[in-house]
Amino acid sequence: MSLRFGSRRVRGRIIWRPTACSNGSKTSSKVPPAWQTARAVASTPTAEKVLFPGALNSEFTNTLKFLTPSTNKAIPTYRVMDQSGRVLDKEVGVDTGEEEALALYKNMVCLSIMDLLMFEAQRQGRLSFYMVSAGEEGIAVGSASALSPADVIFCQYRESGVYMQRGFTLDDFMNQLFSNRKDAGLGRNMPVHYGSKKLNIHTISSTLATQIPHTAGAAYALKLQNMQQPDVPPRIAVCYFGEGAASEGDFHAALNIAATRQVPAIFICRNNGYAISTPTSDQYRGDGIASRGAGYGIDTLRVDGNDIFAVRRATKEARRLALENGGKPVLIEMMAYRVGHHSTSDDSFAYRQRVEVEDWKRRDNPITRLRKWLEGRNLWDEDKERELRSRQRKEILAAFDRAEKEKKPAIKHAFEDVWEHMTEEQKMHVEELKDILHRYPKEYDVEQHEGGVASLDELLQPKR
Amino acid sequence: MAARTPSIRALSRYLLRPRPFLHPRCQHQSQSKRYSAAAAGARLNGTVEYDTTPLLHHTSPSALSNPELPEDVRKGQTKRINLYTAINEALRHALQTDERVLVFGEDIQFGGVFRCTMNLAADFGTERVFNTPLTEQGLVGFAIGAASEGMRPVAEIQFADYVFPAFDQIVNEAAKYRYRTGTTGVHCGGLVIRMPTGVVGHGALYHSQSPEALFSHTPGLRVVIPRSPIQAKGLLLSSIRANDPVIFMEPKVLYRAAVEQVPVLPYYLPLDKADVLKTGTDVTIISYGTPLYTCSAAIAAAEKDFGCSVELIDLRTIYPWDRATVLGSVRKTGRAIVVHESMMNAGVGAEVAATIQERAFLRLEAPVKRVTGWATHTGLIFEKFIIPDVTRVYDAIKKTIDY
Repeated sequence: MSLRFGSRRVRGRIIWRPTACSNGSKTSSKVPPAWQTARAVASTPTAEKVLFPGALNSEFTNTLKFLTPSTNKAIPTYRVMDQSGRVLDKEVGVDTGEEEALALYKNMVCLSIMDLLMFEAQRQGRLSFYMVSAGEEGIAVGSASALSPADVIFCQYRESGVYMQRGFTLDDFMNQLFSNRKDAGLGRNMPVHYGSKKLNIHTISSTLATQIPHTAGAAYALKLQNMQQPDVPPRIAVCYFGEGAASEGDFHAALNIAATRQVPAIFICRNNGYAISTPTSDQYRGDGIASRGAGYGIDTLRVDGNDIFAVRRATKEARRLALENGGKPVLIEMMAYRVGHHSTSDDSFAYRQRVEVEDWKRRDNPITRLRKWLEGRNLWDEDKERELRSRQRKEILAAFDRAEKEKKPAIKHAFEDVWEHMTEEQKMHVEELKDILHRYPKEYDVEQHEGGVASLDELLQPKR
Repeated sequence: MAARTPSIRALSRYLLRPRPFLHPRCQHQSQSKRYSAAAAGARLNGTVEYDTTPLLHHTSPSALSNPELPEDVRKGQTKRINLYTAINEALRHALQTDERVLVFGEDIQFGGVFRCTMNLAADFGTERVFNTPLTEQGLVGFAIGAASEGMRPVAEIQFADYVFPAFDQIVNEAAKYRYRTGTTGVHCGGLVIRMPTGVVGHGALYHSQSPEALFSHTPGLRVVIPRSPIQAKGLLLSSIRANDPVIFMEPKVLYRAAVEQVPVLPYYLPLDKADVLKTGTDVTIISYGTPLYTCSAAIAAAEKDFGCSVELIDLRTIYPWDRATVLGSVRKTGRAIVVHESMMNAGVGAEVAATIQERAFLRLEAPVKRVTGWATHTGLIFEKFIIPDVTRVYDAIKKTIDY
């Protein structure tokens, strides 16, 4: 996935320059045994105090006092502008130019219109599945805009805005949703499981939280590559996940391993109040996800996810921190509300009040908040809004039609890419399938697939 | 400190004497000999002699006569080493020649609980050879991520019994990565997951399992189990070089027991070929890993007692496996026995036996016999009754020939 460091061998270069790290490889030929590096001060009968190796900085106390999280003040939520689009600290401003703000606004609007149309298309049976980003457009679009295009991203599934902001085209979206022959995933994944090598975004998988340790590992690879190529701008890995996924063991494993290996990564949690039907009160009892960061020794921030300026500034600063001293992980919890249903397979009014959703839509939303800011600076008005919405709608529908008309991927793609090369067993299976398709032609619709049955023959050609 | 009585001191000295250790998580007394040794009057059981077994190359010329070795290796030197040293040499060579190789896992840095990573951290630095926190799902997920960004991580799970927390990462992520990314071409094929596997005499429930069948039921993975130091070195180097995720299972009882002459130069053994260890005409035995030694001893006794001729095949690669070699042999002998440690139901033997009956049906003279662990857990004191031993393989040969 990396732009500059793929599967080629970098030959004859010394990578491992001595680093600031206490156990550099070049400086000493022997690593001291573990009991010497992580040793506590020996306790002798006359010693002033002992230092337990598990918590070297802990002072002794003779007061018996349990830590009670409930008495702590909740971690504050960082914001740059209020709900009516007024900037709170004029001194600091928003560090987003007007052109850029307009571009961000248009992307969020485009995403929300695509969501409405595709949700409807699924309801009409033209797509098998869809998931909207309503209420979370600011998190995806804002954070993606604050990263370098070379940074590697791992998503959960409600981050279509990340793809859009990075340059995933409407055609790319539609080809994936329709599983047609132009889909990069070759029709193998459910809708919304986008991926793009060109944009450095890994393909989405349905399994929750599995991408969080992947991010730690990828960030470690980037850390080594950053060391190897000091002339190339350093890169980080970024991970998105919901507050529900943060209950998975993989979240714990990943943040811990990211901290011990000091990897340049940003973990962005979208806390939107629900995991399908489960409210956060059934998900955790601590102070959200942010309160967990400190436990792993990770710099953490909680941000208002409906404030795109706050999202952007937090992400930029996190990126700077993540690259400090070669790397360290950063956790950002972005607060939001899941305005839409969980997916097209969910009717959220079975577990929450319609009025609550309407309330959120009316009171606070990343798109309207940015629009208010734009209007406050005379950059936007009702006419521009109408024009933008009708143009976006037309473009999306045109892409929709194009994608729907395309053929499905060739049947051979059912078998390819499981291993690097076809196995003997697979070739036997291809033969059997071919035989069935030939003898029962009326039972299968092969013609909607590119190349029909003949595509299977390509798999049986001996490799040259 | 109060002065201890001499008798207590003597007892502490006795209890604290150096012993072969088992595992830091489980430091009960290692009494392997007492648990798994054969009965006093045994003629068949207890005859696996590693220093004379024909499965190991005890001389340099025999080690170098292997036609799978490239020309320059066959002209080179050999060194008499055990299996963990062979693993260590393969890792060392991979780290030396490919800077994308990383080696990590629990307790790797000091050399590993089975010594497989001795001195690697000192020689290659802790950026490339390092300890991870104690989380299997975390370290496998970490490895997948690193591999997807162009590294070639060799992750270690301390025991195959502890791979299950990472099962989701292996089955849903590693195995499916290349397939789901489609034309983007992103994959985690540089990944190798090493794990000690199989019984060890006193491993009980959680230091004895052989979960290879679980992985061989997953498209996209390769599962490899070497039988000896030569095989371990060549197959591990091939696994690290392969562009598919490989589950590399090392029979832990062989770490020290299996010693042979191993070529000093690096070499690569094929990941899709079974190995015919001994030719025969009356019955084919298919096995892999530790049970091969059991089979070899049983064959020696059976051939002497029944005057039959047995062919022995090492599967080597459990998945995708070499059907052609196995079927060719069974079509010749007309009889087949599959031997493995894990239980029978849905084990590797089930797949091999089903394939044989499907594609060598007309040549079969007897039903395909499976000699496997029973459908129970490896209870500590009962291992000798549960895991296939020389007697059971010997008896299986007898029954199959007499059918």
